[in-house]
Amino acid sequence: MTQQNRLQSGGRIDRSKSLTFTYNGKQYKGFQGDTLASAMLANGVNVVSRSFKYSRPRGIVAAGAEEPNAILQLGATEATQVPNVRATQQELFNGLVSQSTNGWPNVDTDVMSVLGKVGGKMMPPGFYYKTFMFPESLWNTYESLIRKAAGMGRSPLENDPDFYDHINQHCDVLIVGAGPAGLAAALTAARSGARVILADEQSEFGGSLLSTTEKLDGKPASEWVSAVTEELRSYDDVMLLPRSTVNGYHDHNFVTIHERCTDHLSDIAPVNQARQRLHKVRAKWVVLATGAHERPLVYSNNDVPGCMVSGAVSTYINRYGVVPGNELVVTTTNDYGYQSALDWHDAGRKVVAVVDTRANPAGERVDAARQRGINVITGSAVIDVQGSKRVSGVSVAPISADGNKVSGSVTKLSTDTVATSGGWSPVIHLSSHTGSRPIWNDEIVGFVPGPTVQKQLTAGGINGSYNTNSVLSEGLEAGLKAVAEVGLNAAEVILPIAEDVKEGAAMTLFHIPHVKPTSQAPKQFVDYQTDVTAAGIELACREGFESIEHVKRYTAMGFGTDQGKLGNINGMAVAAKALNKTIPQTGTTIFRPNYTPITFGAIAGRNCGALFDPKRYSAMQMWHVERGAKFEDVGQWKRPWYFPQAGENMQQSLDRECLAVRDSVGILDASTLGKIDIQGKDAREFLGRIYSNAWAKLAVGKCRYGLMCGEDGMVFDDGVSACLGDNHFLMTTTTGGAARVLEWLELYHQTEWPELEVYFNTVTDHWSTLTISGPNSRKLLAELTDYDLSNDNFSFMDWKQIKVAGVPARVFRISFTGELTFEINVQANYGTHVWEKLFEAGAKYNLTPYGTETMHILRAEKGFIIAGQDTDGSVHPFDLGMGWCVSNKKPFSYVGKRGMNRQDCVRDNRKQMVGLKTKDPKMVIPEGAQAVLDPNEPIPMKMVGHVTSSYWSANLGHSIAMGFIKGGLDKMGETVYYPLVDGTVIEAEICSPIFLDPKGERQNV
Amino acid sequence: MFHIYCPHCAEYREEEEFHAAGQAHIARPLDPEACSDKEWGEYMFFRKNPRGIHHELWVHAAGCRKFFNMTRDTQSYEIKEVYKIGEKPSVVAE
Repeated sequence: MTQQNRLQSGGRIDRSKSLTFTYNGKQYKGFQGDTLASAMLANGVNVVSRSFKYSRPRGIVAAGAEEPNAILQLGATEATQVPNVRATQQELFNGLVSQSTNGWPNVDTDVMSVLGKVGGKMMPPGFYYKTFMFPESLWNTYESLIRKAAGMGRSPLENDPDFYDHINQHCDVLIVGAGPAGLAAALTAARSGARVILADEQSEFGGSLLSTTEKLDGKPASEWVSAVTEELRSYDDVMLLPRSTVNGYHDHNFVTIHERCTDHLSDIAPVNQARQRLHKVRAKWVVLATGAHERPLVYSNNDVPGCMVSGAVSTYINRYGVVPGNELVVTTTNDYGYQSALDWHDAGRKVVAVVDTRANPAGERVDAARQRGINVITGSAVIDVQGSKRVSGVSVAPISADGNKVSGSVTKLSTDTVATSGGWSPVIHLSSHTGSRPIWNDEIVGFVPGPTVQKQLTAGGINGSYNTNSVLSEGLEAGLKAVAEVGLNAAEVILPIAEDVKEGAAMTLFHIPHVKPTSQAPKQFVDYQTDVTAAGIELACREGFESIEHVKRYTAMGFGTDQGKLGNINGMAVAAKALNKTIPQTGTTIFRPNYTPITFGAIAGRNCGALFDPKRYSAMQMWHVERGAKFEDVGQWKRPWYFPQAGENMQQSLDRECLAVRDSVGILDASTLGKIDIQGKDAREFLGRIYSNAWAKLAVGKCRYGLMCGEDGMVFDDGVSACLGDNHFLMTTTTGGAARVLEWLELYHQTEWPELEVYFNTVTDHWSTLTISGPNSRKLLAELTDYDLSNDNFSFMDWKQIKVAGVPARVFRISFTGELTFEINVQANYGTHVWEKLFEAGAKYNLTPYGTETMHILRAEKGFIIAGQDTDGSVHPFDLGMGWCVSNKKPFSYVGKRGMNRQDCVRDNRKQMVGLKTKDPKMVIPEGAQAVLDPNEPIPMKMVGHVTSSYWSANLGHSIAMGFIKGGLDKMGETVYYPLVDGTVIEAEICSPIFLDPKGERQNV
Repeated sequence: MFHIYCPHCAEYREEEEFHAAGQAHIARPLDPEACSDKEWGEYMFFRKNPRGIHHELWVHAAGCRKFFNMTRDTQSYEIKEVYKIGEKPSVVAE
């Protein structure tokens, strides 16, 4: 393929480095330095997409981040698919594979466009909602078809082969944009010794200077750009980030930068290189030098491929050596629009006419056009365009001085390209990210950044300054201000001088009139990406949407991936006119992060796969793994769930483990239980205030179970605390609740009772906890210690400091299984040693390791609750039948006391914890099943409770369950029913939740 | 993402190290038993949600584990001051 639109010379491309790429399966050539868009234009590619709603062919409109149409799918392989890439921002590389994302069967021949053409008038704003509203149940079906028709790109079906980095950065001054303003600011700050980060979304620094023929100090602007860039590179404290889009400006000068490290090389990063980085910058000062986007005018059929914004035409010619057509008509309201005509003419192609809405334009660019013999038609505008897949001609007509109507006869001109300029819109996006509301400026006909609480400065185009000399000096000023604010002495910087170009006043005009009223004129597009027209906005206003925020939501204006960078101001102008208001009266336009779309990879960084969340293991983890344990997640902990033996299914393992504990002895790794060391002379008093039961008389050497409630009286954690000394306690918490409980203790100590002398420290990881449980546990422990373990010397709820297997240990005689149990706590690193010694000695007792599931079954046989499983924040101790764990004698009104005595907490018929015995002993009620009193009641049935814990008990030979029943404690022996989703009903008898050894004799031997 | 000065560590740290713990200056009634259900309900559940100046309780959870108070503008997200438990704010809503 030839690059028919490529100039022989000029531009910043390297003609010696030819690159091959494909678009929709067809091969093309471009050069090093091209963007995908410039290479497509060089090859005369007209249609790059089909529009969202009407399926109209669309071409490249712009040359940067504001491009609404050339949104392509990239990727040579399935794994490297990337949707929503702006061709104008994607650097060309050899082998690049691109595809349009919509159009069926393809963008050139599209079936949907028939609907668009026929149905154009029948597809007003809200069309899909209005049309596909009924029946509501089918909306999901409609939606998927509509989305397929609209085309949105697609995500890859295979894993991303690349990796992405996050980097934290700190600096004195972050400068956003490396155009003339940004470079001047950066140079000033850097020379003065500030820590500087300069970020720009383009591949090279220079901004607007890269696309201009303008001279600085009489030399090409690029020379100054190179000199400044070189100097900046020489400073140690300056970080230069090209290909880096500052995507979000967040609170307290926190700024996120999306750097594309290798996207310009290939669609897969070279080995060991991050494809993209997300820089998280905390900047003392931020200088926004983000420039401005040129606004297209709104005229009929302004979306036909070949219609472009004027500045983009200049960029393609001057930067890429591409003239995107053969003949040009410019339609403009200002002097800047003439530049594309001058560049086009100087590139040796035909300028048909410059059509200026002003009656008497007078400025140096106007003069220059006339000197070149270019036909300048004044007081007129391009009101309509001919052509479908490429412009073939335009209709030009005189318009009234106020720009509201066509005032003369229509002339047709033949052309294949239309360049348009309605003035410039400052790129205020980042400033508005932090909530600062932009302010309308009549003089520059655009929004500029409003007041902000951020340490933010602005320079250049973002302020509506477009003259190069003022842009440069604003950059310098911003640099000086930032330097002074961070307390440095400013170094001298002498700015280059640009030629001053005298400009005539621009006309304020957005929407070009047609001979027909807007509602009947051919479509005049405001937002290309979401297919919003001027007529659509007027209709929305007529239908009563008066706020621009409502108009936007109704029409979808600004809701594309480009966030309406080109269209929002025009849309507001159309709405303002329809509502007879000024633009600022209709509202303002707020942009939100991200400035341009960002990949999920960059957001995730390395926080994926194994690094997604920390994993916590006990010291005996390797032993568990070697024994083939199945694990379950408890918070970040990996806990053995059960230990299957060859040929066993899960239930068989559980049955074996449960029987082993009750018949002989089992061992549980309980190291993950939260452990908080509490010291201080008021530690005992503190415990009494936090727990619902009494702690005043707990003797040294004793343990006690405690319930912890919120101020509402509801149980939120529980555990055993041991009195280690008069002023020293060890509190245990649930595995998942440890961090929360510690923060809870600190909260009460620091904010309510700072006068209490008490200190808390987490010691969870300091200890390995080995729980041996079962009738033979005493005999087993006796083999590893000389200590007298007799019931008289070491009784239930005692703890002892002894030696086990030669290692100092705190042994607690407490029980969560109801069996004789010793919890052996040793320094974490001794855990495996003691564990293995226990197994050496335990072979003759069939010592059986058991996991969390067996622990759950054994405790349920005893009716012991698990906070978080049997409680849900709505049950107090009395609901649980645990009134024995509540003290009303304590002088201090402990946390939860007042709460559990509220009217609703003491009423009758609250849901209460009971045991449930199924009529068919083999049936295990699913946890979460709802209880009803009458299984034949029609739906909705009256639900009287639910099941919280339910298991098969091998020891008892029948199923057991715990759950809540309204007024359950008074309903012992009554029957409840659990209707299941499959239609079956389980019948159960309400009983005590203590299924085994109600007197607690087994643990007390 | 906030940049928060911990008055105990005397340093600016990233928001990731902190937890917000709700409205500040909610004192636990000294005699809970003397409170009516309504009063206790208000103590437990009712919180302000002002637009503008607000006093909040924060904890340097992944740092010194100390609680402190913050005066913050809920609209602009400016942190006007931080001060220790027991101290009074110097910036208050008009």
